[in-house]
Amino acid sequence: MIKVVFFAALREQLGCDALELALSDEITNVAQVKAVLAAKGENWQQLFANSALLSAVNHDMVNGEHPVKPGDEVAFFPPVTGG
Amino acid sequence: MTAEISIQTQDFNLSDEVGLLEQDNLSDGAVVTFTGRVRNKNEGLDVKGLYLEHYPGMTEKSLAKIIATAKERWQIGRVRVIHRIGQLALGEQIVFVGVTSMHRQDAFAAAEFIMDYLKVQAPFWKKELTELGEKWLDARTTDTDKAQQWK
Repeated sequence: MIKVVFFAALREQLGCDALELALSDEITNVAQVKAVLAAKGENWQQLFANSALLSAVNHDMVNGEHPVKPGDEVAFFPPVTGG
Repeated sequence: MTAEISIQTQDFNLSDEVGLLEQDNLSDGAVVTFTGRVRNKNEGLDVKGLYLEHYPGMTEKSLAKIIATAKERWQIGRVRVIHRIGQLALGEQIVFVGVTSMHRQDAFAAAEFIMDYLKVQAPFWKKELTELGEKWLDARTTDTDKAQQWK
């Protein structure tokens, strides 16, 4: 299992701040996690089609090819706007 | 010695922070600080306030990496970064970056670098309260371009 967390506008639009996801042979990297999430419904598909979304694994910003392993915390969020 | 990074809802005091950067520090002749505040206009709209969300854990890790990079790149002494979260009213302080160094060039450059990278890498998100309601801010390409200049 991995923990998936969402932030800011994405969290609000999904109506979900976190979920657990079981890994399989087909889900080994961030892009594949994203594809599974996008398949959860029309709203999810639209929101995850946004190429500007950023992702992090265990608190480090990563790209889609980054591997995921059991116990990881994977995050998806819009471009950051702090400061 | 105080922590380098604080994420907090409460306000901070500029002169207290400068005092901590200078306390028992006679080697650094330069102290550069930046304070960011909530302003009253954005993209032509009257702003009433801001709400700031962050990703606990990642925020601290990301800021620590930015500070470590600055320390590799410039000869700097102390660094202090404070970022507030939650509800902020007009004019309130949002962010503080303070850097000390033997000489001003390194302190100026490192403070600007830390602020530029915080803008594009640290996981904070601003929701603006305007005359038209609430709106999550979009990232600005000018901020991305500015951070790229340090490469």
